[in-house]
Parts: sequence; structure tokens; C-alpha cells
Amino acid sequence: MENKNTVWERLFNGIVKENPTFVLTLGMCPTLAVTTSAINGLGMGLSTTVVLALSNLMISLLQKIIPDKVRIPAFIVIIASFVTVIQLLLQGYVPDLYASLGIYIPLIVVNCIILGRAEAYASKHPPILSLFDGIGMGLGFSLALTCIGAVRELLGAGEVFGQRVMPAGYVPFSIFIMAPGAFFVLAALTAIQNKVKMIGEKKGRDMSKIQSGCGHDCLSCNQASSCRDREAVLAKEKNGQGEEA
Amino acid sequence: MLAQVKDLLLLAAGSALVSNVVLSQFLGLCPFLGVSKKVETAAGMGTAVIFVITLASGVAGVIYRFLLVPLHIQYLQTIVFILVIAALVQFVEMFLKRYMKGLYEALGVYLPLITTNCAVLGVALTNVQKEYGILTGIVNGFATAVGFTISIIILAGIREKMAYHDIPKPFQGMPIVLLTAGLMAIAFCGFSGLL
Repeated sequence: MENKNTVWERLFNGIVKENPTFVLTLGMCPTLAVTTSAINGLGMGLSTTVVLALSNLMISLLQKIIPDKVRIPAFIVIIASFVTVIQLLLQGYVPDLYASLGIYIPLIVVNCIILGRAEAYASKHPPILSLFDGIGMGLGFSLALTCIGAVRELLGAGEVFGQRVMPAGYVPFSIFIMAPGAFFVLAALTAIQNKVKMIGEKKGRDMSKIQSGCGHDCLSCNQASSCRDREAVLAKEKNGQGEEA
Repeated sequence: MLAQVKDLLLLAAGSALVSNVVLSQFLGLCPFLGVSKKVETAAGMGTAVIFVITLASGVAGVIYRFLLVPLHIQYLQTIVFILVIAALVQFVEMFLKRYMKGLYEALGVYLPLITTNCAVLGVALTNVQKEYGILTGIVNGFATAVGFTISIIILAGIREKMAYHDIPKPFQGMPIVLLTAGLMAIAFCGFSGLL
């Protein structure tokens, strides 16, 4: 896999092969909270993409300067700075979107996808590749949020991107744009994920990439570099793998 | 005085039940789904969250009021809050380890998991956004964390029972837990008539 480490491979990897939502199931808080409509999902996804790309680039440029011991706090400061920039820009130029995303914009800081990519990729790879890794991951995340948002909006309001698509007689299940609907949509999504994984394993393909992310168990969250005891946790996970299966 | 107490109580009920932090605001989902296999661990996690959020909302409130506002650097709140929370959790852990062995043994394992928990940062930011004073902020933080604890313990209770059920294969694991959480969210919607 290392020999085709190109820009396109990075983009494809983020959008399809390691899609943060559909494959890795990371960053669940924003996924559930802002997908009440397709446009909110897209706005959140793109904001995250910008932060992810810029922080990946910055961290990759600084990888030799940041001492290993304080890398997590350093990453967090870099990410938080970019989030603040995005927050001010959104507030200034798209106040409507800013108002509807509300507190979830500053909370991009604690989105585990960003810190995960910083730790797993950007801190070890050259700047251009890291930039495109961030863009790929971000676009994958945006795509997923937009899809989930569109499904919820379609079922819950009969619209997609604010355009009415359902026939006039359609009575919307407004529960889908309320909080419980988010859980139901995600439950369906993870069930499909499990099914795909089962089919793939039956055919003998390696499906270990599909994970249930932070949600399943903190131990299975190997991207959670934010966990201070990551090494210990990973070691524990390795030992415990037999039991899991 | 009495009116003030009444306001605080109403605010607390609102934060704990009506706009429940997990079930209606989706903050702190990771521990909610990840550490809810047993009631005992869920209760431990809940206690640790109550402890940290209450403390963090107090500290963040003080720093915002007496440091960021006088210096006119409110726009740095996200950076400052996340660093303060991370440092605070570290300090709490060291303090408990040194002086309160019993409490450390009960909460110790959960503390590192809370460092970058979005609920902690979320409460600190909400307090600022809604312009709560320091005392109101602490009450809001405490109530929010109590809401988290209530919902994680309920979910853990249901999951303990669910372990014996015959669930279709694709729905085992995460999907059935999310469905349960969705049904709980519907139940919690009922509280919206409370205030």
C-alpha cells in the first residue's frame, strides 16, 4: 500500500476506503446532532474539512519541531486555533448557517477524526500528502453527513435541500428530524455496516477496516489518540482481541 | 432570594431532563455508548463525569469572567477552555491519587476518558453562550452531568437485560444499542412538557 501513496490515493482513501463515518464510524456527536437537514450536514462537513486540511498541513510542517511528549496538547492548540478562525468566518459571512450549527462549530475541536488523523497520518507524513489526506477525509465526512441529512430531511419533512420532493399527499414522519430520529437512522446505518461486514467475511475478504469506532468500546477506538493512555489501551486491545472475536 | 433558588431549580431540571445532554444534544456519546455494558461501570463513569463537569464549569466560568473578559479576548474561549479542561482533569487525577486513594480507585480509570469528552467543553461553551453567571454555570454543569448519569445508568440497565435476548445478527452490538437510545430519547421528549 505504501508504494502508491499519492495524492489521488489519499483522496480516494478518505472518501471511500476509510470513510470516517460509513467505515470507521468516528465523530458521532456532530454526525447525529447537525444532520437535521442536508444543508446543515453539508455546512458542518465542509467546515470540518477546512479545519482538517489546514491542521493536517500545519502539523505535518511542524512534525520535526513539536517534541513528542507534548504533541497532543500542541495538536489541540493548532486545531483549536483553526476552529476559532472558521467560527469567526462563518459568523461573519454565513450567519444563518452559524446560527443553526450553534455550539457544534466550536465543538469541532473535540471531533476525534481530526486528532486521529493528526496522530495517525499528519505527524508522520510529508505536508502535501497530509493536506490531501485531510481533504479526502473531510470530503468523506461531508459526503456522509450530507447523505444522512438528506435521508432525515426526506423522511422527516419531505424535502431535500429545502426543495419539496415528496408528493403532496405525503405526511412527514417529523420524528426523523427530531433527536430520536438521529439514533434510528444511525442504528440502521450501523446495521447495514454489520451486514456488509458479514457478507464480506463470508467471501473471505479482509473487513477489519470496518469498525464501530468510539461508540463500541473505548478499547476498539484505535484512532483515539486523545486517550492519554493510548499505548496501554492498544496493548490491552491486542491481548484482548481473542476474547472479542 | 427564594425566586433565585426557584430559577436555579428550574434551570437544573431543564438541563438534566428536558434538554438531556446525550439524548437531545448528542454530547458525550462516546462514553454513553462505550462504557454502558454494566450498571456498575456506568455509575462510576457517571460519578466521574458529574465531578469533572461541575468543577470544569466553575473553573471555566471564573477564567472567562476574570481573565478573558477584562482582556477583551473572548474569541480565544475555545482554545482556552479545551486547555483548561485537559489540565484540570490531569490535576484532579494527580490530586486524587495523592490524597484520596479510595475515590481515585473508584474514578481513576474513567478520568482520562473524560479529558476530550465533548460534553465537558460543550457545557463550558453553553454557559458562556447563554451568559450564565458563575453560580448559574456551576448549577447548569452539575445538572447536565446528572442528566448524563441518569441516561447512562438506564441504558446500562437495559443492556444488561438485553444480553440474554435473541437479536438478529446484523443488529447485534451497536445498532441495537442505538435503537434503545432512540427509544429512550422518545421517552425523554415527554419531559418537554415539564417546564
